[in-house]
Amino acid sequence: MKKTHKIDFSSDWNLAPAPESTTHFKLKDTYDLFINGKFVAPKSGKYFDTINPANEKVLAKVAEANEADIDLAVKAARKAYDTIWSKLSGKERGKYIYRIARIIQERAREFAVVETLNGGKAIRESRDVDVPLAAAHFFYYAGWADKLEYAFPNRKPKALGVAGQIIPWNFPLLMGAWKIAPALAAGNTVVIKSSETTPLTLYLLAEVIQEAGLPAGVVNIVSGAGLTGSHIVNHPDVNKIAFTGSTAVGKIIMKAIAGTPKKSTMELGGKAANIIFEDAALDQAVEGIVNGIFFNQGHVCCAGSRLYVQESVFDVVVQKLKDRMNSLNVGDPLDKNTDIGAINSKKQLDTISKYIEIGKSEGAEMYQPTCDLPSKGFWCRPTIFTKVSQSNRISQEEIFGPVLAIQTFRTVDEVIEKANNTPYGLSAGVWTDKGSKIFNMTSQLRAGVVWANTFNKFDPASPFGGYKESGFGREGGLHGLEPYLKFE
Amino acid sequence: MSRIEVLKTYKIYIGGSFPRTESGRYYPLIVNKKTVANMCLSSVKDFRNAVVAARNAQGGWSHKTAYNRNQILYRIAEVLEGRKAQFVEELELQGISKAKAQQEVDLSIDRLIYYAGWCDKYTQLFSTVNPVSGSFFNFSAPEPTGVVAVFAPQQSSLLGLVTQIASIIAGGNTCVVLASEQLALCAVTFAEVLATSDVPGGVVNILTGNQTELLTQFAAHKDVNAILYCGKDADMIAKIQDLAIENLKRVVLREDGDYFDDKHESPYLIFDFQETKTTWHPIEVIAGAGSGY
Repeated sequence: MKKTHKIDFSSDWNLAPAPESTTHFKLKDTYDLFINGKFVAPKSGKYFDTINPANEKVLAKVAEANEADIDLAVKAARKAYDTIWSKLSGKERGKYIYRIARIIQERAREFAVVETLNGGKAIRESRDVDVPLAAAHFFYYAGWADKLEYAFPNRKPKALGVAGQIIPWNFPLLMGAWKIAPALAAGNTVVIKSSETTPLTLYLLAEVIQEAGLPAGVVNIVSGAGLTGSHIVNHPDVNKIAFTGSTAVGKIIMKAIAGTPKKSTMELGGKAANIIFEDAALDQAVEGIVNGIFFNQGHVCCAGSRLYVQESVFDVVVQKLKDRMNSLNVGDPLDKNTDIGAINSKKQLDTISKYIEIGKSEGAEMYQPTCDLPSKGFWCRPTIFTKVSQSNRISQEEIFGPVLAIQTFRTVDEVIEKANNTPYGLSAGVWTDKGSKIFNMTSQLRAGVVWANTFNKFDPASPFGGYKESGFGREGGLHGLEPYLKFE
Repeated sequence: MSRIEVLKTYKIYIGGSFPRTESGRYYPLIVNKKTVANMCLSSVKDFRNAVVAARNAQGGWSHKTAYNRNQILYRIAEVLEGRKAQFVEELELQGISKAKAQQEVDLSIDRLIYYAGWCDKYTQLFSTVNPVSGSFFNFSAPEPTGVVAVFAPQQSSLLGLVTQIASIIAGGNTCVVLASEQLALCAVTFAEVLATSDVPGGVVNILTGNQTELLTQFAAHKDVNAILYCGKDADMIAKIQDLAIENLKRVVLREDGDYFDDKHESPYLIFDFQETKTTWHPIEVIAGAGSGY
């Protein structure tokens, strides 16, 4: 009998706690709306609690914007556009955006900790991914502000006016940067709504914007749930809607603006296929699987949530994956050793749990590593399902959590057909050592972003966005400027 | 004894052949109160058949080499050049002066050649190699959106139709086109040009009929990836935008204007029906590598 050797991760890998400190800043008790350059109490008179999903403690009260608040924000943005921002040269606009980038870097640690406190994500990720990438987006687009004519040869670019932007709860600061930076570079003013569960870092960004001396009204920040968002979408003086979120909500927004002159971009859901060929470097591929589905607790629209493993290496890949899952630390997001933090909200945990039950009832085989979970807060063990079929709901529907559906394949044609057999088309991954196979695969996969021998990589210089029902328009790169401009 | 004229039967064009409409109905084309021809009144079923043909042709067409697509578009122009007289005659029959008709046919040929030339160039124009901050090679390139449903311009019989079709197929898409309702003659004859000019069957499908009758299917069909509407009818536009949401069709609106204008020659019109795909691959460490120049 063949002997198997396995590293025992459970024996002496008990890492001492290494929590990031939270003493270098103080959260305010309440966060008011940021309208026309000032923090103002909401006309709605309403505030909601925002909590730390890792321990369910209230972090702060946040103002909820109603129709009157949104109207004030849009008016401020319009006035700023008409009187200042549209008259400013690209060079000067760019300098403001550079300032924002620099101040984010200076306050990076504060941003990272607050992002983790409010969202439940591991500090390792907010510190190394969210915050540096957010700063990088402002840096990248700052430089475009005075070079727009080069981006679109033979056309005359002009700003659209007021951009209404709605961002999701999974990467609040980063999504804010993705939306605000290109909008400002193109010469628009902004009304942006944070998500209902993770509003705090956007208000830190408001402080940065104040500190940078941006003219009042150029960026306005509001909070609330879907109803607040609908007031932005329906406001007659908004020229463009930029939305990141679920496909279902994206469709509701598009219904609301059908027949109006409002422009839109939609970054919607996904169900990415991550494809492992037998000739891939399997250990690296397993890292890619882990990064693909467990990054940010799987709260990622482009997460590699459908895994296709070539039949000949299925057993070994799944075994390696299970071993690797046993080495993941689930727990306190502020701990620098933590790999998987808290699920963002009770509601989201319920959704994920529902899908795990669906997976089991559909006959798929579930595996979760044994690990202790904190008693308070919202937690979900990393979960994989094998014996999944193409029609199972866990391989068709977006779960937005650390749940992976694994299937096998034999031939290239088969896996392309399976991978493309979804209404979504946001991202995909391919793992093989063979260059010709990579190019064949990456050109045939119907998805806006394709990672070969890597996964979940983002960069401000790189366009991101979907095919099919994953939405339209691109963010990042010069492709990300076009949706904020019109041409004569 | 004088010869009895043979009247042409106008049919529709689906998947490279010329069926009669499934509906078994027709409508008259009337110029100056006189019926000049009877046209097929295409049904929803005709449209569905055309979408199936367009979908089947899509993979093959988009995977042809750009050089080959360039030549095929040029070939359409060549065949059209050879049948100039017929188109001039048909345009005149639809009430256009001879001089203007000649201009329109000439420009239609030239416009096909214009777009033929873009086939193997627009990708270079809209592609980028992205300088990402890490050890990755990362590039973005346009890819065809897929099957495009087209409401052709109502005011232009040939030139508008040719312009829209050329900009769509140059980018590797296939299409199902509803011709101008009252200026439909040239559309059918243009289908004959396509059929004899190396364009694979199904790449372009041309129906005749009524916009209002087919609107719902055009905008709602789940296997259509994009819809082009040429016109200003606010009601139509709202309906199209609303119905297209179901599968997030790309909705492109263009005016039904003067197709003699140069603005109808632009690579950005090709780009309207393109998706941008970004591909990442690791490279060995760049910064800090030991070797160098």
